[in-house]
Amino acid sequence: MTDILYPVLSLGGLGLLFGLVLGYASKKFAVPVDPKVPLIRECLPGANCGGCGFAGCDAYAEAVASGAAAPNCCPIGGAPVATKIGEVLGVTVDSSDPKVAYVKCQGTCEKAKDKYEYYGLKDCQEAMNVPGTGAKACEFGCLGYGSCVKACAFNAIDIVDGIAKVNKENCVACGACVKACPKSIIELVPEKQKVFVTCNSKAKGLDVKNVCSVGCIACSLCVKACPKEAITMVNNLSVIDYSKCVNCGLCEQKCPTKAILNFRQPVKAKVQVEEVK
Amino acid sequence: MKIFTLIISALLVQNMVLSRFLGICAFLGVSKKIETAKGMGAAVTFVMGLASLISYVIFQFVLVPLHIEYMYTIAFILVIAALVQFVEMVLKKTMPDLYKALGIYLPLITTNCAILGAVIINMNEKFNLFESLVFGIVSGLGWMLAIIILAGLRERMEANDKMPEAVKGLPASLIVAGLMAIAFLGFSGLV
Repeated sequence: MTDILYPVLSLGGLGLLFGLVLGYASKKFAVPVDPKVPLIRECLPGANCGGCGFAGCDAYAEAVASGAAAPNCCPIGGAPVATKIGEVLGVTVDSSDPKVAYVKCQGTCEKAKDKYEYYGLKDCQEAMNVPGTGAKACEFGCLGYGSCVKACAFNAIDIVDGIAKVNKENCVACGACVKACPKSIIELVPEKQKVFVTCNSKAKGLDVKNVCSVGCIACSLCVKACPKEAITMVNNLSVIDYSKCVNCGLCEQKCPTKAILNFRQPVKAKVQVEEVK
Repeated sequence: MKIFTLIISALLVQNMVLSRFLGICAFLGVSKKIETAKGMGAAVTFVMGLASLISYVIFQFVLVPLHIEYMYTIAFILVIAALVQFVEMVLKKTMPDLYKALGIYLPLITTNCAILGAVIINMNEKFNLFESLVFGIVSGLGWMLAIIILAGLRERMEANDKMPEAVKGLPASLIVAGLMAIAFLGFSGLV
C-alpha cells in the first residue's frame, strides 16, 4: 500500500507546493500593466517592422503608454493609426510626415566602372570585407548584391541593372534597408520631396568623373541655382535641405552630370516656360 | 582537479549537443542568427544551473528518504517547469533588463530535454551539490558554445547562393551539425 501512497502523496504534495508558491509569486511579483497598453497595441498594424525605433509593436505600445514615445511614430499606420492612438490616450495628434526610402546612387552597370571581377558571396556585407570594399570603382556607390532586398519585409526594393531601386508603393519607411546598407546609401526622405541628389560620393570631382558618369562632382552649380538656398556642399557632395526645398527643379537643370533627379516632370516644364518669359 | 576535469568534460568532451545529442530541437530551431543563439544559450545556462541545484535538493531530501527514486523523471520535470515559471516572474519584477534580454527563450526551454538530461546525469553520476551546480552551468556553456558556432556557420551559408538547391536550408544545417559532432569527437582523448 505504501508503495503507491508515498509517491502519490509526495509528488502530489510537491505539485501542490509548487502550485501554491507560483500562485503566491504571481500575486507578489505582479508587474502592473498599464490598461492602455493592450488598447494601443490593438490600433497598431502588428508588422513588428521596428520602423518606430522600438523592438516591435508591443514595445512601441508600452513606450507610448508610458509617455516615452510620441503616438505618431508608426510609419506603416501613418495618420489613421496615430489618430486612433490619440483617441485612446485622449489627445489630438498631428499626423507624421510620411516618408519613403530613397537610394542615393544611379551608377548602373554601364554608367559606373568596376575595379575587378567579384566572384564572392552575393551579399553586400561580405563584399565589404574584400579589399577596396567591393568591386565598384566608386567606393561610395551601390554594390547591388541586395542586402537591402533581403532586409526589406515588404518587397519594396529590387535590384535593377546593378542598383537598388525602391518601389514607393510598397515602402513603409521602416528603415530596415537603411540599417542593412553597409555603404549608407539609402536614406528616408519625405514622401512629398520630388528632387533628389542621387549620388553618395564624397570623393573629389575629378575622382568621381573617372569612375562614374552620373556622380556629383561638387561643381556647386546647383547651390548657385537654388532660389531658396536649400542646397549646400558637404564633403564634396551636394545636399538638399528638404525643409527648404520647394521642388522647383532648377538645380536638376543646371547639374552637368545629371546627378540630381527630378521626379515631377510636368512641373519642371512649367518652370522652364516661366524662365523663358 | 576533479572539478577541472568535470568542466573540460562537460564543455568539450561530453558536449551536451555534439556528444550527448541533447537539446537538438532548440539547437537547430534558434540557430539562424548569432544574436538569438546567444540569448538562447544564456537562458539555457541559467536554467540548467538553477535546475541542477534545486533538483539535487529534491532528489536527496525528498525522493531518497521515501525510497521512490524511480519517480525521478516526473519529479524533475515538475521542478524544471515550476522553476522556469517562477524565475520568469521574479526576473520580470526585479530585473526587467535581464528579462527582456532572455525574452521568449526562457519559457521555451521548459521543455528542452538538455535541461532534464543534465539533471539526470547529475543523479546518475552521483555528483554532490557543488559538482551538480558546476556541471549544470558548464553543460549550459557547452550548449551555448555549440549553438553559437552553428549560428555563425549558418549566417554565412545563408549568404551563399551557390549552394545546391537540394541541400539549401535545413539539410545543410544538419550536415554541418554532423560535421561539428565529428570535430568534437577529436576531444575525446582529453579526459
